[in-house]
Amino acid sequence: MADKSHPRPNRPALALHVPEPPFRPGDTPDFSSIKVPAAGEAPRPDIAADAEATFPLCTHLVRVLDEQGRAVGPWDPKLDADTLRKMLKDMKTVRVFDDRMYRAQRQGKTSFYMKCTGEEAIAIAAATAMDPEDMHFPTYRQQGLLVARGYPLETMMCQIYSNRGDPLQGRQLPIMYSDKKHGFFSISGNLGTQYPQAVGWAMASAIKGDSRIAMGWIGDGATAEGDFHSAMTFAAVYQAPVILAVVNNQWAISSFSGIAGAEQATFASRAVGYGIAGLRVDGNDALAVYAAVQWASERARTNNGPTMIEFFTYRAEGHSTSDDPTGYRAKGEAEEWPLGDPIARLKAHLVTLGEWDEERDAALDKEIDTTVRAAQKDAEKLGILPQQGFDDIPSMFEDVYSETPWHLAEQRDQALAEAREFLGRDPA
Amino acid sequence: MTTRNMIEAINDAHRVMMERDDSIVVFGEDVGYFGGVFRATGGLQQQFGKTRCFDAPISEGGIVGTAVGMAAYGLKPVIEIQFADYIYPGYDQIVSEVARIRYRTAGEWTMPMVIRSPYGGGIFGGQTHSQSPEALFTHCAGLKVVIPSNPHDAKGLLIAAIEDPDPVMFFEPKRIYNGPFDGHHDRPVRPWSKHALSDVPDGHYSVSLGKAQVVRKGEALTVLAYGTMVHVALAAVEDNGVDAEVIDLRTLLPLDMETIEESVKKTGRCLVVQEATKTSGFASELATLVQERCFYHLEAPVERVTGWDTPYPHAYEWVYFPGPVRLKNALKKVLAA
Ligand SMILES: Cc1ncc(C[n+]2csc(CCOP(=O)(O)OP(=O)(O)O)c2C)c(N)n1
Repeated sequence: MADKSHPRPNRPALALHVPEPPFRPGDTPDFSSIKVPAAGEAPRPDIAADAEATFPLCTHLVRVLDEQGRAVGPWDPKLDADTLRKMLKDMKTVRVFDDRMYRAQRQGKTSFYMKCTGEEAIAIAAATAMDPEDMHFPTYRQQGLLVARGYPLETMMCQIYSNRGDPLQGRQLPIMYSDKKHGFFSISGNLGTQYPQAVGWAMASAIKGDSRIAMGWIGDGATAEGDFHSAMTFAAVYQAPVILAVVNNQWAISSFSGIAGAEQATFASRAVGYGIAGLRVDGNDALAVYAAVQWASERARTNNGPTMIEFFTYRAEGHSTSDDPTGYRAKGEAEEWPLGDPIARLKAHLVTLGEWDEERDAALDKEIDTTVRAAQKDAEKLGILPQQGFDDIPSMFEDVYSETPWHLAEQRDQALAEAREFLGRDPA
Repeated sequence: MTTRNMIEAINDAHRVMMERDDSIVVFGEDVGYFGGVFRATGGLQQQFGKTRCFDAPISEGGIVGTAVGMAAYGLKPVIEIQFADYIYPGYDQIVSEVARIRYRTAGEWTMPMVIRSPYGGGIFGGQTHSQSPEALFTHCAGLKVVIPSNPHDAKGLLIAAIEDPDPVMFFEPKRIYNGPFDGHHDRPVRPWSKHALSDVPDGHYSVSLGKAQVVRKGEALTVLAYGTMVHVALAAVEDNGVDAEVIDLRTLLPLDMETIEESVKKTGRCLVVQEATKTSGFASELATLVQERCFYHLEAPVERVTGWDTPYPHAYEWVYFPGPVRLKNALKKVLAA
């Protein structure tokens, strides 16, 4: 420590800045200080423009849907009504799915669950804007990618229950999906690891002269990991055909985005330092998300380089089933969030277009509810977590290596013998 | 004396030491206002202010690296890595820097710090909330490694770790945060309040690093265990009516070889228990040490009970976990030989 008997009296005392979120439990949230530019205001650079042309957009906010539910400005992707309705349906499905699986965890049917409430537009619109053959390197809040790409809800649920229908054979924590066919790379529990992996996949695609691109996903909190920096550096150096998304939902468990640096600069503006194109986008506006991802994919696909996109949104629910946000943030923040509910906004847009009405909306809600419940019923026929853990013990020793070495074979036999002893019967 | 669970004991150790020593700073992911995802640092920011206890960015490399700088300045960082499974981005800083700075500077710079981390399985945490990586740190010269098994020791050992002039890895078995676990996952959980070692002295006391504790006296064999496995081993010994001497190592490095040797020379048999994967685990080191130093007293080969050499599989948690059946069979084997 500084020697207290010899202070430096003519120098100012240094002070450490520790960021503090604007509201804590007991406060009334008021987000009026957040600058929300009008929809349609942000310019849309040419997809082949220099990265520099996008830098003003890193502190702006690309928005398409206005307060009346109209699509306005240069970023309007002018989607047909069927695509809009499909996105609405997918977003609603994700929300209902989240709700059912959250409850299933509360009922003791599985160990863990994570919702993406309030963030549904991001993964759904991104998946819709990209090619089905493009590869995603997601984190745990992009279940919408699978839903939009038509992955069976029942299989997702089987993974959550770690049951007989789980393609990952009960090895992974619930929601850590993986499916190559649907362009969905295995989710890791270790934050940030997927980000440079996305860049590497994109580099490989370029090495091979392929036409597919990759998209990496990360949360605002996890941008602090070194892997974020590695990804940005490699993407910039090799001009990899990759889209790097930062889902800024304001919270990382109990830490607000300021703990990841958001007090000093937007996440999108990190692109500037690497010379990568950057966009900051209203993540609760499905059309803006679609337009931004479409722009970035065209750019990547035409060898114009990577794009980093910050999706500005809000984590409306707790971090996971293990979390109670009332311990660290003010009540009512989600309701006060100035960018609204992405599902309500897309619905309003369809209504404004004359392509949707309350009757159809109610019918759709009912249909989704029936579909999700049916999937859940079917998934539960294949078992729930508390019934698992003994039915296929040998599988637990497979895939550690391509072939099972002697020591694992021995351990497998020992595990089987133990289970027989514990159960008093053959563990099959 | 106050009845405390592991979390409350660990929390109290922080409080006692932060009151005594204003060079202590506590930081890590979510540890500030919220007090950590397991609440081990709850209330510290409120009591000591935001520059003594604060949230860190999600960067384990950054957390350890800045702790190195703070220790170099003269502070005493007590940092939390949210789960031991997430320590790896900080591994380079720990292994190449924290562990070696005293040595490579011939003692000019030292790294007094404590790196706390919840570890171990048994909570359905899947592959990334269950690991026991202690051997990755005992393997690395310059680090001390401590693993408490009850609230009394947790507080006393953490205080000793904070007062130690060298860097200490402090792994907290999260399965026993709220109550001891005997390995019977199919039976109800007992809270710490029903256990004698939840009587935790108030104020300052320490449990010396490098001192094991004989938690059960016996003649038939010696069982070496630490963390959660102390309770699993004790239960197995009782359930099977074996007159075992059970030793809770408490500190893996430096190891209390004297207590181990004394016991093994008396019983002539030794079983080593760890939850971690088998190959190159700390149990292997223990088995070797016992073999090297007690060979002519041994009446049976030293046996290991461990987790399997697979990642920790979510659904197969209780097949993976070295539980009552694995222990019973190992006890039998060591006694029969
Ligand atoms: C390397 C690593 N460190 C810590 C954790 C624990 N952890 C899991 S999620 C999380 C918060 C992540 O926040 P953010 O990146 O903002 O994503 P969000 O949950 O908000 O979607 C933390 C700290 C982890 N999974 N991996």
